[in-house]
Amino acid sequence: MESITVSNAPHVEAHFTDAEQQRESAKMGMWIFLVTEILLFSGLFVAYGIFRAWYPDMFYNAHKFLDVSMGTLNTIVLITSSLTMALAIRSMQVNKKNETIIFLILTLIFALVFLIVKYFEYHHKIELGQLPGKLYTFKGVQGDNPHIFFGVYFAMTGLHAVHVIIGMTVIIWALTRTVKNHFSDQYYTPLEMTGLYWHLVDMIWIFLFPLLYLIG
Amino acid sequence: MKKEHVHITPVKTYLAVAAALITMTGLTVAISFIDLGPFNITVALLIASVKALLVAFFFMHLFWDNKLYLILFASGLLFLTIFLTLTMFDTETRGSVDRQTKERINKESFIYQTPDPEVGGAK
Repeated sequence: MESITVSNAPHVEAHFTDAEQQRESAKMGMWIFLVTEILLFSGLFVAYGIFRAWYPDMFYNAHKFLDVSMGTLNTIVLITSSLTMALAIRSMQVNKKNETIIFLILTLIFALVFLIVKYFEYHHKIELGQLPGKLYTFKGVQGDNPHIFFGVYFAMTGLHAVHVIIGMTVIIWALTRTVKNHFSDQYYTPLEMTGLYWHLVDMIWIFLFPLLYLIG
Repeated sequence: MKKEHVHITPVKTYLAVAAALITMTGLTVAISFIDLGPFNITVALLIASVKALLVAFFFMHLFWDNKLYLILFASGLLFLTIFLTLTMFDTETRGSVDRQTKERINKESFIYQTPDPEVGGAK
């Protein structure tokens, strides 16, 4: 635990009493935003629940066409990227700017690896015609309405992938500001908010992985 | 003037959390090859929840931060649970309630006296 006394630091806006109040306000706003993100995904989780309850056998048969090893690899990649993100913030807390830059770049690389693996998975499914709705042409799944499973799969992983891309954009912005010396051990709130967003993206994947890849 | 308290997590803690997360990923994959019947999804979701809580408490600092953020996070989960539970109760029990109580309801309540209420999920 570190104890620092701050007064009139340049990064504190006039409408805040002190740096701590400013930081806590930003964090509260970020958490409220993260809650809306959870609720955004909750619609898809409920859709998943309903369809899996209606077609348990079809879900079981269709999920066998997902590659568990690729899903596991992506889970580990995303967990590692969360670790490097947390370490990037920690490095700034102890004023090691260069370490922060390295960890942010590592996080970006892991995010890119995640998207590349996802690209191969999507590519394979598109080639086989395992697509949602009318576009579904695959014949190999036993059970009613197999296109629904792939509809749910693409909607959930697609929205998640969009979040990964947004997360990468925000990390690039945070990286640029780090390089420009905008942050120090006194002020690194944008870095912390970027981290919270990135961890949420990780957390959602932690649920998507068993629900889609490990049925039965 | 106020004192600013910032918790700096030791690198060891972060590494331990990441190691636990990766171990549990391996565990959930291994368990998925064992048939536990209806408990398959329970075990998978239980492991996923523990992993998510580790991320929230340590990577996202909820363990050390102002508990207000924890309350906000929990409120999001609460409404997700309400959304999911009530929807599943409805879609899972619509058909069975109809079969068991159709006659009695038809007798006792005039608002249910439609010729043949075809209510129920696409089972």
